[in-house]
Amino acid sequence: MRSTPELDARAGLDKLATYPYTILTWVDSAGYPVSVAVEAAVEAVAGYALFGQPAGLTVPLDRDVSLTGSHIRPQPGYGYDERRHVTVWGRVVPAGGGQLRLSADRAWGWDETEVPFFEYSERSTGQSRKYFDALSRERGTPVRPRLSLGALTLRTTRLPFLTATIVPVLLGILVAASDGAFDLLSAVLTVIGASFVQLAINVSNDVFDTAQGADDANVTPTKFSGGSRVIQYGLVSFRQMAGLATAFYLAAAAIGLLLLAIRGSTALLVIGIVGFVVGLGYTAPPLKLVYRGLGELAVAIGFGPLMLLGAYVVQTRGALSLEPFVVSIPIALLVALILYVNEIPDRRGDARAGKRTLPVRYSQATILSGYRLAVAAAYGVVVAGVVAGILPIPALLVLLTVPLALRVERGLEPNYDNPYGLMAIMGVNIQLHIFVGLALLAAYAIVLVVAAVAPGVPLFLGR
Amino acid sequence: MATLPEPVERLLESALVGELTVVNPAGRPVTYPLIPLYDGEKVYLTSSTLFSRKLEHIKGNPKVSVSITDPIAVGGRTDRATIQGDARVIEDDPHGGWERLLPIWEKKEPAIVYFLKERIALPLFFERALIEVTPRRALYWASGSATAAPVVTEVGKEAA
Repeated sequence: MRSTPELDARAGLDKLATYPYTILTWVDSAGYPVSVAVEAAVEAVAGYALFGQPAGLTVPLDRDVSLTGSHIRPQPGYGYDERRHVTVWGRVVPAGGGQLRLSADRAWGWDETEVPFFEYSERSTGQSRKYFDALSRERGTPVRPRLSLGALTLRTTRLPFLTATIVPVLLGILVAASDGAFDLLSAVLTVIGASFVQLAINVSNDVFDTAQGADDANVTPTKFSGGSRVIQYGLVSFRQMAGLATAFYLAAAAIGLLLLAIRGSTALLVIGIVGFVVGLGYTAPPLKLVYRGLGELAVAIGFGPLMLLGAYVVQTRGALSLEPFVVSIPIALLVALILYVNEIPDRRGDARAGKRTLPVRYSQATILSGYRLAVAAAYGVVVAGVVAGILPIPALLVLLTVPLALRVERGLEPNYDNPYGLMAIMGVNIQLHIFVGLALLAAYAIVLVVAAVAPGVPLFLGR
Repeated sequence: MATLPEPVERLLESALVGELTVVNPAGRPVTYPLIPLYDGEKVYLTSSTLFSRKLEHIKGNPKVSVSITDPIAVGGRTDRATIQGDARVIEDDPHGGWERLLPIWEKKEPAIVYFLKERIALPLFFERALIEVTPRRALYWASGSATAAPVVTEVGKEAA
């Protein structure tokens, strides 16, 4: 993959014409490059540039010389920005009147307004790999890029995304507690086991996305999308990642079996099996749910009802009710919307890898409407649940998060084609899921406290 | 000890960006805008492994030049210079060896320290090699204009 877009000689001259001066460079008779600032008159259509013969120096006519334009804007106290440069190469001939004419035959350059720095870096990952391969051969021992263990762990496991698990699991435990069922040991084991499930999914997704080329094809990853990229960067090998995913799955399975042994029920067994199939099948063949446009649905089910009801039935030993299912719906919708928004900047790479996500399949207008509809549904379910007496009145605390939803909704359209502008919006979208979860957790904490100190106070309409 | 002419040293010290030119295997000059870092004797530049093709070229042909041409990048000075020299790639420790130049780098680009703290976000950018340029010859244009011949100094010798 090229790190910069193709640039032909004509386009290079067009760009060169925008610089206030150019740097004429050639290799002198001693073999060293010489650079001289000159003022060039660019005739891009005719394919040449004219400039004065530099005084006291001899520009060779028998080899390629170059003209370079370079620009930065100093930012005191920070550094600089607005980086761009372009070089055109060609032979020089005397043009009369002390002028020289360079006929351009090739060009190269970079403009960060056209290829943002982060994308430029991503596109250059192959060059870094080549560098380390060569260094390894030279030293006779593998040399790989490095990160501190803490940073590598965070990056590899995408640990901060554990909120997607913690929120529904804690909600399931609290809803069960409000129904009178609570066991501390199994609650702790549930949180740990579910976290291992998500870590296993995070890592195995990178393994399968790498195997299927999706992460390699993505040149605009952000901190919220495009995978951990530790394999692409050479920080962790494919084999190590596969081993780590297996270890996480084994740890999750061990805790799952322990929970089945001490708090087992048919419901928990079914939820565990469905969760395993959906989690692994998210990117793994033969299901490859995310490649078939079912990723959002899989994430909604996995990190909504499955996590929440799973945690609930551990506490109730298999007893189910409508309430935890209704609570899981807004969480399911909002966690799916995290993926949905994160897939927007990934859509070109995903399309190249045959990953038929919703932003790959549908137009911008449809995707934006889909976001509005799903967010409205999330709030609508909570309000309807309260009105129907299924959810406690304090669940209306979720309405405090509406401004966050509006910020995302308003930020999506102007940043739809700007992955790095979208990064802030993706951050707010993740906060929306967390804060709605916290509001619902607070609602059930209120239910528990009121039940303990003022049992007669009704917190459910109609009950 | 070989030294560069005083005005060339001042240019190197003030330049936010200069141009490193290397020679590729086809014998063509290839120019890269980079931050020149000067320790009073040698010129240093650093290159991320992401953009390490220049390092391959230097290993193939160590003859390079560093030019300072942009008045905006040198705080409005209008004089210009090109330093020809022999380059050496220092890559004993690409993970952190380059950080010994961080104090000089930070003076020119204060934000680099912040970016380094966020190394987790762009790990390969901070896997870097050092390019050490030993000056051999300096060309200096006091007026900045190529219509006047440069003052040429063989480094360590009398000005031409």
